[in-house]
Amino acid sequence: MSGAPILAVDQVSVNLAGREILRDVSFAIEPGEFTGLIGANGAGKTTLFRVILGLQAAAHGTVRVGGAPRSRRNPLIGYVPQKFQLDPDVPLRTRDLVGLGLDAHRYGIAIPTRARRARVEEMLEAVDAGGFADTRVGTLSGGEQQRVLIAHALIAAPKLLLLDEPLANLDLRSGQEVVALLARIASEQQIAVLISAHEMNPLLPVIDRIVYLAAGRAASGTADEVVRTSVLSALYGHHVDVLQVHGRVLVVAGQGGELADTSDHAHTQTQVEIIS
Amino acid sequence: MSQALAAIFAPGFFTSQIVAVAATVSAVAAVVCGTVGVFTVIRGQSFAGEALGDISTTGASGAFLLAVGPLWGIGVATVAAAGVMELIGIQRPRGRDLATGIVLGAGLGLAALFLYLESVDHNTTGATVTIVFGSMFGIPSSAIPPVLAFSALALCLVVALGRPLLLSSVSPELAAARGIPVRLIGVGYLLALAIAVALAAYTIGTILSTALLVGPAATALRLTRSPGRAIVVATVIGIAATWLGILLAYDSYDWPPVGQGWPVSFFVVTLIFGGYLLAGLPRRLRRRATRPDQAGAPARG
Repeated sequence: MSGAPILAVDQVSVNLAGREILRDVSFAIEPGEFTGLIGANGAGKTTLFRVILGLQAAAHGTVRVGGAPRSRRNPLIGYVPQKFQLDPDVPLRTRDLVGLGLDAHRYGIAIPTRARRARVEEMLEAVDAGGFADTRVGTLSGGEQQRVLIAHALIAAPKLLLLDEPLANLDLRSGQEVVALLARIASEQQIAVLISAHEMNPLLPVIDRIVYLAAGRAASGTADEVVRTSVLSALYGHHVDVLQVHGRVLVVAGQGGELADTSDHAHTQTQVEIIS
Repeated sequence: MSQALAAIFAPGFFTSQIVAVAATVSAVAAVVCGTVGVFTVIRGQSFAGEALGDISTTGASGAFLLAVGPLWGIGVATVAAAGVMELIGIQRPRGRDLATGIVLGAGLGLAALFLYLESVDHNTTGATVTIVFGSMFGIPSSAIPPVLAFSALALCLVVALGRPLLLSSVSPELAAARGIPVRLIGVGYLLALAIAVALAAYTIGTILSTALLVGPAATALRLTRSPGRAIVVATVIGIAATWLGILLAYDSYDWPPVGQGWPVSFFVVTLIFGGYLLAGLPRRLRRRATRPDQAGAPARG
């Protein structure tokens, strides 16, 4: 069984309110693999995550996690949502949120045992959050909050970590720190990481594979296999240019009127990956 | 020394059964409100708490007309109103204020009718004042057992929901991703909220109930960083405010107009508000002294 993928998405299609969001999306992730889920805003990244988490039903297709059909509460999956906002006055310290990652699904209140405290402490160190362990989560910076959320997800010892646009609201340096942290954890603990982003360049140095979403469809493989003019043109359904500029990749998918067809939010930034 | 004590505790304070009943009921209500209130504030459902308190006016006045104990009328009204709010969709972010507002309006319409019938019947507005602003010194000792039972139910509910309630209050996304039934947890919490508001309404009056629910919890949020400590601090503040309020009201029988006594609820609510303002002072002073360091992660620890 050691060769079995931790996540196998097979021909998944999703319709929301009569609109086709995902069509025949298939890819697999091996244990310990670092995968980037790349796509413009509105390409269906969050929907795909919700399907994997069991929060959204697929019109057809299957998702298997650890070889078994996915279930509502799957301890193999850790999740870091894109939307996380906490008022600064909410009485929840970093260590409280990390502790909840361990056993929030259990009813009753937590019994503060030494073992539980040690586990939380260990996790705080692993994500370099020891310095703000007793600070309210709502007062932390975006990068610090990401690290706390990663600790919250990792403390339950998942085999697959999903992160929804963790870099979207971070400055370049905090983003690099988070990516480096994730790469380290993935290789040290053999946890597969699936990270969504609309900008692939910050991820290219660390990712093993890419799942590229466009127009509801997906192409997957190594970055070299996927991010090329022929593959992405087929995916978008019209000609796309892939340019290499100073070691960075630019995908120029804009084509006049067809821009609006591929994305509801036709920011030029989502079509042309601009170096930050 | 004993003279000073006599000036603070007017004669008969410690032997009065009325005072003892008021102190017991208000302390129990403060414990429940402190516990539930912290979640109310975290979840941003203070408006729902306020609305349930207002609607308990309907229950209390209905109970008056039917000549049953007001506690039962209040309890039925808050639980029923919470149920309707849930059905309308209080758990959807956009539906929250809408559901609360609609139920609030309908409930208060009934209260207007009941209180009108009551005043026609007895030719006074005494019942209205008692219901709306409370009368802690009018609580009979027979109310203690049901108050204790309701309190135990609400506290057990919050403790049992525990961790899933905390996580879904903090982040519904995180909770849902872990397979926590966020909606069901919300229903259980709403029931605890309805009971807490009923107790507060019975103690300090229907429209003042929100002060006991939200005030100590909001104050605790200013003073503590962890949820457990916030609940303990909110509880202590609630008990302190109600007991001090009872004492001041008891003493006020000697204040002008002599022999009348000021309303207990006035003192309780004023003390809670004062406590909230005071709790903001240290942070404000500290901010003035040590800012600016908002984003400085390495500076901490």
